Amino acid sequence: MTWVTGRLLCGWAPVQTSTKKTLAKPNVRNIVVVEGVRIPFLLSGTSYKDLMPHDLARAALSSLLIKTNVPKEVVDYIIFGTVIQEVKTSNVAREAALGAGFSDKTPAHTVTMACISANQAMTTGVGLIASGQSDVIVAGGVELMSDVPIRHSRKMRKMMLDLNKAKTLGQRLSLISKFRLNFLTPELPAVAEFSTSETMGHSADRLAASFAVSRLEQDEYALRSHRLAKKAQDEGLLSDVVPFKVPGKETVTKDNGIRPSSLEQMAKLKPAFVKPYGTVTAANSSFLTDGASAMLIMAEDKALAMGYKPKAYLRDFVYVSQDPKDQLLLGPTYATPKVLEKAGLTLKDIDAFEFHEAFSGQILANFKAMDSDWFAQNYMGRKAKVGSPPLEKFNNWGGSLSLGHPFGATGCRLVMAAANRLRKEGGQFGLVAACAAGGQGHAMIVETYPK
Amino acid sequence: MVASRAIGCLRRFANASRTLHHCSGYICRNFSRSSALLARSHINYGIKDDVAVIRINSPNSKVNTLNQELQSEFMEVMNEIWASDQVKSAVLISSKPGCFIAGADINMIAACKTPQEVTRLSQEGQKMFEKLENSPKPIVAAISGSCLGGGLEVGVPAAFDMMLTGRNIRADRAKKMGLVDQLVEPLGPGVKPPEERTIEYLEEIAVTFAKGLADKKISLKRSKGLMDTSYLTELTSYAMGIPFVRQQVYKKVEEQVRKQTKGLYPAPLKIIDVVKTGLEEGKDAGYLSESQKFGELAMTKESKALIGLYHGQVLCKKNKFGTPQREVKNIAVLGAGLMGAGIAQVSVDKGLKTILKDATLTGLSRGQQQVFKGLNDKVKKKTLTSFERDFIFNNLTGQLDYQSFEKADMVIEAVFEDINLKHKVLKEVEEVIPAHCVFASNTSALPINEIASVSKRPEKVIGMHYFSPVDKMQLLEIITTPKTSKDTTASAVAVGLKQGKVIIVVKDGPGFYTTRCLAPMMSEVIRILQEGIGPKKLDSLTTGFGFPVGAATLVDEVGVDVAKHVAEDLGKAFGERFAGGSLELLKQMVSKGFLGRKSGKGFYVYKEGVKSKDLNSDMDSVLAGLQVSPKPEVSSDEDIQYRLVSRFVNEAALCLQEEILATPAEGDIGAVFGLGFPPCLGGPFRFVDLYGAQKIVDRLRRYEAAYGKQFTPCQLLIDQASAGKKFYQ
Repeated sequence: MTWVTGRLLCGWAPVQTSTKKTLAKPNVRNIVVVEGVRIPFLLSGTSYKDLMPHDLARAALSSLLIKTNVPKEVVDYIIFGTVIQEVKTSNVAREAALGAGFSDKTPAHTVTMACISANQAMTTGVGLIASGQSDVIVAGGVELMSDVPIRHSRKMRKMMLDLNKAKTLGQRLSLISKFRLNFLTPELPAVAEFSTSETMGHSADRLAASFAVSRLEQDEYALRSHRLAKKAQDEGLLSDVVPFKVPGKETVTKDNGIRPSSLEQMAKLKPAFVKPYGTVTAANSSFLTDGASAMLIMAEDKALAMGYKPKAYLRDFVYVSQDPKDQLLLGPTYATPKVLEKAGLTLKDIDAFEFHEAFSGQILANFKAMDSDWFAQNYMGRKAKVGSPPLEKFNNWGGSLSLGHPFGATGCRLVMAAANRLRKEGGQFGLVAACAAGGQGHAMIVETYPK
Repeated sequence: MVASRAIGCLRRFANASRTLHHCSGYICRNFSRSSALLARSHINYGIKDDVAVIRINSPNSKVNTLNQELQSEFMEVMNEIWASDQVKSAVLISSKPGCFIAGADINMIAACKTPQEVTRLSQEGQKMFEKLENSPKPIVAAISGSCLGGGLEVGVPAAFDMMLTGRNIRADRAKKMGLVDQLVEPLGPGVKPPEERTIEYLEEIAVTFAKGLADKKISLKRSKGLMDTSYLTELTSYAMGIPFVRQQVYKKVEEQVRKQTKGLYPAPLKIIDVVKTGLEEGKDAGYLSESQKFGELAMTKESKALIGLYHGQVLCKKNKFGTPQREVKNIAVLGAGLMGAGIAQVSVDKGLKTILKDATLTGLSRGQQQVFKGLNDKVKKKTLTSFERDFIFNNLTGQLDYQSFEKADMVIEAVFEDINLKHKVLKEVEEVIPAHCVFASNTSALPINEIASVSKRPEKVIGMHYFSPVDKMQLLEIITTPKTSKDTTASAVAVGLKQGKVIIVVKDGPGFYTTRCLAPMMSEVIRILQEGIGPKKLDSLTTGFGFPVGAATLVDEVGVDVAKHVAEDLGKAFGERFAGGSLELLKQMVSKGFLGRKSGKGFYVYKEGVKSKDLNSDMDSVLAGLQVSPKPEVSSDEDIQYRLVSRFVNEAALCLQEEILATPAEGDIGAVFGLGFPPCLGGPFRFVDLYGAQKIVDRLRRYEAAYGKQFTPCQLLIDQASAGKKFYQ
């Protein structure tokens, strides 16, 4: 603890000093990110709309292979996150890996945890390495919202299955006679929280209201996200983006959802969920996105032995969960103090914050919750608030609102943004945090790899 | 007069303080002190921009009710608002979480001595509503939680209303009906408690709407109602314009109402009258007629009886035994039959962890399915989501052994009504439960002290008599023995209240209170059947008197075997006072398997999915074999009704006399909520008060002369009659 107080006395300027201790723990393997890539995140229904999820995942994987030159037989395991599953490729990790040129001897599995699925893929890998089961892991995530599985209704499905089993013409006819026109009503994938039947946007609007976040504040925050993303894109800071030659179409080179507008324009939009007086609109929410990301994670000794120059350490991480009704999107509030405590850091030690932006209102509500002693004491069982992250260190290269949010792939983008920002801006610790459907959340400390 | 004028004058100062508020802190403080002195007790208001926010908050009460004080304060405030140039619109909101206005103050009406007083009250109310309806400035009612009766009237005519409740479904429905214009969903926690922030948010939204309405940026569209597709309304109003059609409609509605109320409840018919007057003779005549009829109604016996029941119910929703030392969190129910599963059902949905234990897997599965079905029906009615159902159902553990009973805080046994079996389970259970655990017996007639006789800890044994079907019947009769500790009673009442029950606590004795009152009436039922009155005629006589279920049907519902069991037991205990009908009738029915609804046959025949019931023709020979000749002097329809009711009332009075009952109020609640005693009569004790003790005694004497001791009036009734006393003062 002494070094923490010592550093506190130095103030919290985001300048990396050589006196800082790293978060390495005795007897625990250091785990590093060697490289991470993502194909451009696109508004769904645009250039990727005719592809399948494993096509996107494959593109990210093969780009990673090319960029890192990692010998395919070295990779011990591949893990991918995804949310809306294409039923034909339910283990999308395996289908994509096979096509991307990884060894067919490398096992692959798919994980799902809503918007923190890719985080779960990464931390699963971290676990495998830390426990000595593996040395080299590829983790990633993919989402294709341009196409979602729309099913026949349960009644129709039941009839079709029964028809399959029917042996005689009589049985078949009697089954068919039970057919009603409403059997044809299709079933869309759930857009609502299963436990509460509330859509996420609706919950976000209520959350914003709970914390008295105004429409203007939300629009301003969204505008900031788009402006910063545009700037980062123009300055070429988004170095994890790799070009993707879409079969039959042009090569996609950059994210296409970044659209800095004006507050006046944004103010014209009607509320999207709570009508007519809500505050969450299309302009201050993240949009449906197609995209994929992938990352090469190794034990530090292995990476060094192979001659790699790692980008960052993956340090402590936590998963949290809370009431899926009224605190659906407060994951970062719960996860942040916990992960900081675990790592022995305070908010002031963090040089780069990378939070998932589901909605402006959600981010701002989290800020207010993190800045409230009352909330910390009454809902989190903590003595005091953790504090709200300083905006000048927060999502400086844009976020999910502007860059896009392919559910299963965002986690890797957050970690790569933190790692790349630390390298560029010269900080030591990054904090990644995200909320997820189901009232869950995640946070992880990223430590820059010494140059 | 002088005093009131002085107050009026000073209030103007108070107003000044509001306008001065922004100018000078010093003056403001001076004035605001005087305003604090004069602050209205129910209503205060502030101005946000050009919107007046009127907050209703009745002091020292959980709810706001429309009493005279509130009404007059409200009118004062409204007049100020209408007169003010500063105010363009108003928002009406309650400062109480979960309650807007719960309706008219029942005490205010009960305190009136004459119909004229009530009429005047009603007219004042009407005036208020009319003024609101014609308000030149838009008024938005921001309603959170219960909004009933007059509360709804305050809300509905207001220009642009919104509503919010914890139960979204109901608010949803109100919106569909077109009663409210906007819904605001309850908020979760922010930087302050959810309830507080939700009201604040509701107010913010309401203010926005009020502004929008005043600026004409938001228009009022009330055509969203389901019934309200425009051509339908047009068609209806055209049709109602034709006098002949109108007459037909009145006639039809009246018929319907008469059929449903059997003429026992005067209010619905008067409402029709009022609507008729309003439509035929214009609005003013309608209002006048409404207030007059309201005045008349308030003075009726029915009104007094129902108000009495309301007060009794409030009383029986409190735990007068205090807070139990340990909160009951885990309960175990023995026996997964109809009762046991019912008890489990009303427990799990209140968050009580419940073990349901039965002796056989088949019995257990049936019970679990009953609980599931009860919950699933709520999903179908959309009062629960399927997720909530699953979550609640998870509170139930079905098992065949005594595993985890060491964690139980209360065991409720609902095994078959057999003293030996009850003894057996009690002894078994006492081996496995912790020292603090309460053992409650759900029995309808077995004396609790007899059950407790084999207990190692009789102070922890109590009776909890539920009524079937448990999820529908509100009453719980709790029975204490002299050995039952006060804390055990407090625990049982606390659990019952949690289960949503209305509770009476009675002393132990054969049949306790409810069963004991019912038994002599049932004996008379049998006698009447033996005298050749058919089950259908008997049913119509009893429902005609106000019983919700006919007497013969009731026997079928309760179960003929249960009725026989009770009649035998109580017959032994009370002897000739329970005489009258021949037990042989029930015995023969049981031996033929006519056990009532559960066996498909009783006095009637029951078929799955068939609502109309036919007489069980096999009963003809049984009844014929036991026929006795009627006594013509006491066999008119009215006499038959009174023979039944007077025996009931007499036995109830005896229970009070013998201190089985602590209060007449509990007796009335028990009879109405547990046994279906006519609510319009208010219960046996209220009935004696309203009908006259002397008249009851006279009737009993007349029947006594014809039949004998079963009709002998009890001493308490005789005393009440001779002293001209009433049970309720």
